[in-house]
Amino acid sequence: MSCVPPKIRIRGLMKSFGDKLVLDGVDLDVMAASSMVVIGGSGTGKSVLLKCVLGLLDPDDGVIEIDGQNILKMPRRERDGVRARIGMLFQNGALFDSLAVWENVAFKLLAERKLTRADAHSHAGDYLAQVGLAASVGELSPAELSGGMQKRVALARAIAARPEILFFDEPTTGLDPIMGAVIDGLIVDCVKRLGSTAVAITHDMASARRIADRVAMLHKGRIVWEGPASALMNSGCPVVDQFTHGRREGPIQMELRR
Amino acid sequence: MNPLLDGIAAVGRGTLGVCVVAGRLALFAVEGVSHIVRPPFYLRSFLRALVEIGFYSLPVVALTAIFTGMVLALQSATGLARFSAESAVASLVVLSVTRELGPVLGGLMVAGRVGAAMAAEIGTMRVTDQIDALNTLSTNPMKYLVAPRLLAGTVALPLLVVVADVLGVLGGFIIATLKLGFNPGVYLQNTIDFIHTDDVVSGLVKAAVFGFLVTLLGCYHGYRSRGGAQGVGSATTSAVVAASVLILAFDYVLTELFFAR
Repeated sequence: MSCVPPKIRIRGLMKSFGDKLVLDGVDLDVMAASSMVVIGGSGTGKSVLLKCVLGLLDPDDGVIEIDGQNILKMPRRERDGVRARIGMLFQNGALFDSLAVWENVAFKLLAERKLTRADAHSHAGDYLAQVGLAASVGELSPAELSGGMQKRVALARAIAARPEILFFDEPTTGLDPIMGAVIDGLIVDCVKRLGSTAVAITHDMASARRIADRVAMLHKGRIVWEGPASALMNSGCPVVDQFTHGRREGPIQMELRR
Repeated sequence: MNPLLDGIAAVGRGTLGVCVVAGRLALFAVEGVSHIVRPPFYLRSFLRALVEIGFYSLPVVALTAIFTGMVLALQSATGLARFSAESAVASLVVLSVTRELGPVLGGLMVAGRVGAAMAAEIGTMRVTDQIDALNTLSTNPMKYLVAPRLLAGTVALPLLVVVADVLGVLGGFIIATLKLGFNPGVYLQNTIDFIHTDDVVSGLVKAAVFGFLVTLLGCYHGYRSRGGAQGVGSATTSAVVAASVLILAFDYVLTELFFAR
């Protein structure tokens, strides 16, 4: 056991929607400057877990500590301050339709009012270059971009504020395998360059192996396995083995409505 | 099973539901207004909303006003002729337009055009995670999306109603002089004699309230929309229907306040 405290420490996290219990006591540690990937089937609560840490959802119970401080007990203003240190890449990019690409990338810089629009425009060009896009793309609207380009722009927006923690929600969903690999490579590069702590959720095993230092499996609202990415395909956990190998038979039973 | 008790229970559930929605709407309005007066201010968002609500609604409001004034002159002339009171056409047109028809029809037109668009835009932002994205980018969505629109609606509709008042009276003037044979000078003199500051101001106050209601309901229903395209569609419908009904209800309340003796 390492005696270095984790960057993110989650204990006993509970969240339900009506009668449906989604998170049933999640325990998870993410060490600073490491990449944790949470895997799990569709509807197992991976996105809910991220949204609870981000403060977009209020958990019913549990502890979420960032740098040793329980953010659930913080006053709103302090919590907003912690949230400002987190960047997020949403599953569908979530780019603002009404703004040009460069305004999306520089949104936080403009919102914090530390830069003029001209300076923010120039910074946006730099961040677009970091995700392999030409500065001229900044003048387009998000609707003019392909899915892969939208993901890159969303990544540029997430890293533009140089966050300490980066969350990635299904970063390769909807992309072809080559573009998925490109996005994963950009994520790894950006995380290393920033020295950020990264948490990604995915059910794409290839993506998980490329991004992760460590992997955790979420099943029935709990973390049922956690280990290094190198052990993912031979975890010895029947739930993880069934999931990673995509077997129909095993402890995971798909809920079907009849 | 007792049908009477079931009926009472259904009424009770319905009443509670209305109270819940009214409470949520009131809290949403208070939060939105509180962000109008607290920095930071998003001037660019406000100006964009002002152009969208005010400038782009100008053609539809102008056409509605001018045709309403024309119809009003025509109808009142034929109606008043039964009492040999045709000379009251000018006063009837100007009072009806400035006190009632300008703000109410302007509000309804803006509800149809802007309230629906606002609910659809914010609703789409909700279901595509753009509102969550705002939160992660240190930006309060109520401050960035809702407050500028509320302020823009409250400012823009009175400006539109000034135009509607002028065009409504002009519509009446055109029909009265060109079709009904009124003397232009006498018609204008009658119009000026009968109009008072209170008539115009009450209409503008109504317009400000209606502008606030239209944008409030557009934002509220968009902000709370769920469930993809169908949810956004429902939010749009709800925004327009609720805004239209509330405009008419508040029109009565404000008229009672201004003119009941």
